[in-house]
Amino acid sequence: MSTETAATTGLKTKSVEGEYLTFVLGAEEYGIEILKVQEIRGYDAVTQIANTPAFIKGVVNLRGKIVPIVDLRIKFNLGKVEYNEFTVVIILNLHGRVVGIVVDGVSDVIALKDEQIRDVPSLVTSIDTKYIVGLATVVERMLILVDIEQLMSSQEMALVDAVAA
Amino acid sequence: MTIDMSQFYEVFFDEAEELLAEAERLLLGIDLEDPDNEELNAIFRAAHSIKGGAATFGFMDMTEITHVLENLLDKIRKHEMALTAEHVDAFLAAKDVLKMELDGHRLATEVDQEQVSDVKMVLKSLSEAQGAPVAAAAVPEAKPVHEPVPTSAPVALSTTAEVAQHEVPEGTSCFNIVLPEVTEKDIENLQEELGLLGIVAVSKQADGRSVFTLTTDSSQSDIVSICSFIVDPDDLIISLALAATPKEPVAEKVAATAPTTTSSSNTSKSETEKIVQEEVGYGLFEEEGKEKVEEGYGFFAPFKPHPDALKAELIGDDTVLTEANSGASSAASATVQAAAEVVSAAAAGAPGGVERRSPGRRESDKAAASAETSSIRVGVEKVDQMINLVGELVITQAMIEQRISMLDPVHNEALINSVTQLTRNTRDLQEAVMSIRMMPMDFVFSRFPRMVRDLAGKLGKKVEFVTVGAATELDKGLIERIVDPLTHLVRNSVDHGIEMPENRKRAGKGETGTLTLSAAHKGGSIVIEVTDDGAGLNRDKILAKAHSNGLAVSESMSDSEVFNLIFAPGFSTAEVVTDVSGRGVGMDVVKRNISAMGGVVEIRSALGFGTTISIALPLTLAILDGMSVSLGESIYVIPLNLIVETLQPREEDIKTVTGEGRMVHVRGEYLPIIALHALFNHATDITDPTQGVLVLLEADGKKSALFVDRLVGQQQVVIKSLETNFKKIPGVSGATIMGDGSVALILDVTALIQMGQSANYLTGAPVFSNQHHPQLQNQSNA
Repeated sequence: MSTETAATTGLKTKSVEGEYLTFVLGAEEYGIEILKVQEIRGYDAVTQIANTPAFIKGVVNLRGKIVPIVDLRIKFNLGKVEYNEFTVVIILNLHGRVVGIVVDGVSDVIALKDEQIRDVPSLVTSIDTKYIVGLATVVERMLILVDIEQLMSSQEMALVDAVAA
Repeated sequence: MTIDMSQFYEVFFDEAEELLAEAERLLLGIDLEDPDNEELNAIFRAAHSIKGGAATFGFMDMTEITHVLENLLDKIRKHEMALTAEHVDAFLAAKDVLKMELDGHRLATEVDQEQVSDVKMVLKSLSEAQGAPVAAAAVPEAKPVHEPVPTSAPVALSTTAEVAQHEVPEGTSCFNIVLPEVTEKDIENLQEELGLLGIVAVSKQADGRSVFTLTTDSSQSDIVSICSFIVDPDDLIISLALAATPKEPVAEKVAATAPTTTSSSNTSKSETEKIVQEEVGYGLFEEEGKEKVEEGYGFFAPFKPHPDALKAELIGDDTVLTEANSGASSAASATVQAAAEVVSAAAAGAPGGVERRSPGRRESDKAAASAETSSIRVGVEKVDQMINLVGELVITQAMIEQRISMLDPVHNEALINSVTQLTRNTRDLQEAVMSIRMMPMDFVFSRFPRMVRDLAGKLGKKVEFVTVGAATELDKGLIERIVDPLTHLVRNSVDHGIEMPENRKRAGKGETGTLTLSAAHKGGSIVIEVTDDGAGLNRDKILAKAHSNGLAVSESMSDSEVFNLIFAPGFSTAEVVTDVSGRGVGMDVVKRNISAMGGVVEIRSALGFGTTISIALPLTLAILDGMSVSLGESIYVIPLNLIVETLQPREEDIKTVTGEGRMVHVRGEYLPIIALHALFNHATDITDPTQGVLVLLEADGKKSALFVDRLVGQQQVVIKSLETNFKKIPGVSGATIMGDGSVALILDVTALIQMGQSANYLTGAPVFSNQHHPQLQNQSNA
């Protein structure tokens, strides 16, 4: 995956152009590679799991599969964490592992060209900038392009066993 | 265009494995006196199919073995040769070798080439042995087995010039091949190569040259061309020793010093006869006779380096072999006796004294086997996927049913009727789909007759093996996992349960013990029992042993409690409970394995009358009998087989140690209370055990009381893995989907008990999370 290399080095050395699904977390807009997205659905009741970080909401039954749900708003400290009929869960399929992320809303699917994507300056954020592929400007809006695969399999997300990570 | 054959390998492997198992089953069931033609044909067909497949895929080693096997079988099924115990033994040995080769190709495991050539040799010699007419007695047939068979080990290389004897079958000739001086390694190689042509024996001349005596139907030029791989053909002296004389055993002698090749052909008829007599063991020439007998029984020698193979293949002859060997080395007279024993054992047709099963015994199984013929081969993952989907369908259907029940029955009668129909169809569908994964217990049972037969033979016991309910079906996953524990139990029963024939006689029982393996459905589980009519468990000895092991025991314990002690880890060992039963060796492992499958083991025994070990298993691995409990808003499922009881404690039953660790006093026992809400940092209104429910759990011999809010109900749940998309959570073994589509976690009782014991979670120090939780503070103050 071209985006992975780019993300780990923090440099936009390779092409990251492609189609991105954009979603809103609080006031910020994020983009993830569309090919990682399996489906988008509403927020259902989850089953809590003991002794897990607060941003792991629990697990749901997705047509017979037990799928963990992560609330990115809690993870990134963004926006008001409330669950209503507009709360959206993006179901990701990352190399066969199915994970759901809770976001405030899904906006669009945008095709981005390399020249639209800028490098990320070093910043102190709640997530490591190495998981950010780049920043894109689309009609006055700034999109934060996240390497969702790297992020979700990282240690800090505590979604996978240490050995598997 | 080339076709990638490797994609078909798996199919061949599967098929060959099945055919081998089938052939073994038939062989064990065969009646020596009056073999069923149909069965012989079936065995032949199995060998033939494997040969065909192996040849297609280029597994030449398997083709070679099956080819000789086939030849022999063909003669027998055409009644050119009578079936003897030796044949059956050889077939079984061949089956093992084929299995070994199969595994060699499939799993790249090691193949013992020596064993392969040994078996090939035995088969060949059997098939070349002059087919005694069917009507003939067993004695002459037993003879070919004692022919010298090449031995690669130095055992057969006697230092003095030696004589090798052969019966030369019709149409073959006997060659003497005198080698130049070569290394032992080369001799071994040569011997192996020549072994492909026929029966070969090695001897050594006084001048250090080795002499092969080869009985074969190949021509001299074949021999030369084979030998030329290893030695210079010009150095070889090959001579036709003797051509076959029909129906008459011929032996030839290589004189000690004489230039061997010519002398042997000059051997007079009378001398030949003399030697033949020696071989039979009249002990006319003590000095030579002794060597000869050893050589004659060299047949067994190649097996010696492979005790495992020996154990499996020739147990029946094992005792005889030892006797024969010792006899040979001590005195000729003893040899005569030993030889006589060999013959009589062979004549009896039942080496090792294992009772062969009467042909009628498996009548019903046979019918089942033939019904299996029309089947298709489907990958397990496809079946699992189907089972999952049907599980989904059932849940969806339950949801619809729930919604429907809220509608007005009068206005929606048609809809309600349709949904009822749907419900019924879904259930049927689920049942049908689940049954795909089910396999008959025969799959497991079929491997035991052979094991029991061999084991009994080795121990000198007489055991009749009976299976009941082989058609009972069990989940494939469970079938695979039950094999090991069951093997252990069966082995134990033969080894320690059933007594030696003389002891049985003394106890007033028949000499032949009975070992019964049964399977039956009982309620939602399958019960598998291993029953022997042996000595039974001795309560007093077990108690004494337990006491000396420092286990808490008392005379007042019930029998079943006492018998359960043998499952205690470290209670192994025969040395104390010896003569009664050395059971306990690895019994803790058996129990642990069965518990891991969600099963329960139980022992019933009466001293002097036998023992029954009963295993109750759930029907499938995928389904668990669970008790659902609530904690705050959540539902958790506890495996039912680990729950001892549930109770609502009274205030005075709750005790504390240093004001913190809480315990409950139940019938004289103090059990630690594990508060699930504290362990899981779970919000709930009920923090006082007297307001909630205590579930008494027992796992790995440890008991604890789990404190939850409420009991919800008992139900069967489908186990789903959390790890597929998530990770392992301490204290949780999996998840399941409830009737309403929500997810409930299944508790890992063993882990919970450990967590409860190792952690001071009640004192406010969370075990797994660094977050401080106010709930815990409340707990410790409560």
